[in-house]
Formats: sequence, structure tokens, C-alpha cells
Amino acid sequence: MIYFDNAATTIHKPEGVKKAVYDSLDTMGNPSRGAHEPSLRASRLVYDTREKLAALLGINDPSRIAFTLNATDALNIAVNFVVSSTDSIITTECEHNSVLRPLYKSGAELTVIRADKLGSIDHDIEIKNNTRAVFINHASNVTGNITDLKKISDLAHRNNALLVVDAAQTAGVIDIKAEETGIDILCFTGHKSLMGPQGTGGIYVRKDIDIKPFRVGGSGIHSFDREQPPHMPDVLEAGTLNCHGIAGLNAALDFIAETGTENIFAREKALADRFISGIRDIKGIRLYGDINAEKRAPIVTLNIDGISSDVLCDRLWTDYGICTRAGAHCAPLMHRALGTDKTGAVRFSFSYFNTEEEIDKGINALRELSEQ
Amino acid sequence: MREKKLYYIVTFSHTAEAMAFEKKCISENISGRLIPLPVEISAGCGLAWRMTKEEYEKYSEAITGFEGIYTLKM
Repeated sequence: MIYFDNAATTIHKPEGVKKAVYDSLDTMGNPSRGAHEPSLRASRLVYDTREKLAALLGINDPSRIAFTLNATDALNIAVNFVVSSTDSIITTECEHNSVLRPLYKSGAELTVIRADKLGSIDHDIEIKNNTRAVFINHASNVTGNITDLKKISDLAHRNNALLVVDAAQTAGVIDIKAEETGIDILCFTGHKSLMGPQGTGGIYVRKDIDIKPFRVGGSGIHSFDREQPPHMPDVLEAGTLNCHGIAGLNAALDFIAETGTENIFAREKALADRFISGIRDIKGIRLYGDINAEKRAPIVTLNIDGISSDVLCDRLWTDYGICTRAGAHCAPLMHRALGTDKTGAVRFSFSYFNTEEEIDKGINALRELSEQ
Repeated sequence: MREKKLYYIVTFSHTAEAMAFEKKCISENISGRLIPLPVEISAGCGLAWRMTKEEYEKYSEAITGFEGIYTLKM
């Protein structure tokens, strides 16, 4: 099997991840709920993981990071706190349904920035004085195109708007300096480029933003208060955390720190570039996104004229054992911008653990399928 | 019956603060350990750091990042 569906979930995890999850099942008690060793072990692990995430994401105070189920969960928390039905919000056609659906549900007035045929947006966004926030991704899950967050941050803050970033496709592979960039709320997941288990993710909330709880319940602290403790991270962490998953994420963060985000990016970019070079002259191929950009997430989305995307994806799997994703990729507005709303598209997404040999097999498979 | 001894009890507003405090103590060889918050004390976090009077006096200047400090015979 060749796995090119890493933008959905990475399945080739660093070796330490599996062991950490396995060992934690035997050793981790409930974090923040006791002073015996298994409970303390879990509390220490959670704190240590917060520290590692803070170091990776350019955040000074680890307690400004709360754990969530995934990026969707984090984005729902962010929208629930930031947006009310009377607000004016800016977002883009590049967004995933994890942003769009919570925004639609909020009832707020939405201004959606158009994407061009390459799936890129004009960064000179007009932000009005009454704009409450800009919701934008760091990289598109369809095209891999990157957003210049610093530019958007400067524009947003000049107009007193908050910047909420969906980093589902970039955390772990593309450098993020949350505080330096001026990100107010950063949402990320653990199971993609952070190479951790599913069911892990997080939300960073800038100091001085008094975020309100999304869920309430057990916190292990302030037990006689009728309300959820108001401070980060406890305000967003009602109920027992997924410590077994977080143990795996912790080990993945060790691997990322040892390897270096820049080396992981360079490796994945090289694999994506090799793939693009090998397929771009295939007859009838359509590549989406700004594939010539220097910096982009390792995603290559395509169609081949004469083969529907679902059939192409299925034959890659049944005839070649290659895992890709077909369909609409949960980003309906982006597909409309690219002109693939009726056809869907096949997405190849690479990881640090893919090999040149696998890339070449992928190229060969597309070539053969295009000739049939 | 076990004889009660005077301890200094360092309290925290939340778990992350307790974890950061423990980490700092371990790295700076400050003695003591985390215990369940004694019922006589009211604090945000259910964990507290217990240290002897001698330990506290030795390290008091290095101790930062907590909610409160109490003395208790236990």
C-alpha cells in the first residue's frame, strides 16, 4: 500500500507515537484529578505537551493552549465565542466546512473573499470598522496554497478585528509563530502534520482574550463553583482529556522538534515537486492550485480529462494500492472557484515518511490510467 | 498515633500552574511533593505542594508562580 492521503490523516507516525500511546494505557490515570502517581503522570504529560506545542507554535505561555478533539472542534469553540448573529465576519472561499458551517450556523453577516482560478485570494482584504473577525486558513486543504498571515493580521488589527486561523494543514510542517504573527486564536489538529493520533487537537487563545466555555462540566478544580473555571486552559477543557492520544502527540512533537519543521517541510515539498514534475505533461491532466509557489503545503490535487475523479481515485486504490482522496474535500466554495464543483478532484497529499520510490509509482500509475 | 509536623503548603489557581511549579522545583532541586489540597485550605487547584519549614526557608526566594502559601500541621 502507498499512502498519499496525509492531508486527511497521517498514518505513518514516528515510531515513538505508537509506543507512547500503548504505554500510556497502562500508566496514565486521570489528569488534574488526583495526587497519586498515575494521575500526576497524566497531569505532567498534559502540561509537557502544552509546553512542546507552545514551543512549536511560537507561544510564550503554554496555558494559553487548550486541548480539543481536532481542528473542527477548536473552530467551533472559536466561532461560538467570537461570533454573534449581529456580527460582520470576513472569511474566504478557501475555507473548509469546519469553518464555513459554524459561521453559517452563527447567523452572522459573512463577507466571503473570492478565490481566483488558482485558488488564491487577493490579500488586500477590505476590512471595515464593524468587522468582528477574519476567519482564514493557513493553507488550503484542496490546493495547499499558503496564506500570508502576517499581512492579514496587520490588516485585521488595524481595523480592530480579530484574526482566527485554521492551521489544520500546516501545524507541524510549516512554521507558525502565533504571537509574532499576531494571531488571536489558532486552531489546529494533532492527527495530520503533527503526526499524532486522531482525537487530539488544540486551540491557542491570545493573552487578554477572556474566552468563554463552549462546554461545561468536571474540571478537577474549583469543584464548588457553579460555573466552569474562567481561566485558560481549564475554561475550555471540561471533562477528562484524551491523555492516551495526547501521549502519542507528545512523542510526535519530540520527533518534530528533533527533525526540525524546516527539514520536514523541505522533505515533503521535494516529494510534492517530484510528483508534479513527473505528471505535469500527462495528456489531459489538470493540476489545481498555485503549484509553482515556493511555499505551499504538500498537496497536489488533480483531474485527468476523460476519467471521473471517483473512478480515478478508486482505480488508484484497486489497481495500484495507492490511497488518495476523491470528491469535494469539504471545501465547497473552493471547488466552485476552481471549477471542480461538479467533477470533484483527486487529492494526493504527502508526508515526511513517503519515499521517492512511492512518488514514482504514483506518477507511473497516473500515466498508465491516463492512457487507458 | 503519627505525630503531626508543620509543613508549608503552596497552593495554585489551576493544574497547569501546579505542573509548572513542580517542573521548576525538580529542575532547581527544590524538595517537596504534590499532595491533594488539604481540606483546611481553600484554593483553585486540587493539588498543592508540600514542603518542610526548613526546605521552605532554604528556597523561599526561588519560589514563584503560585496562588498562596500556608502553614499547616499535618
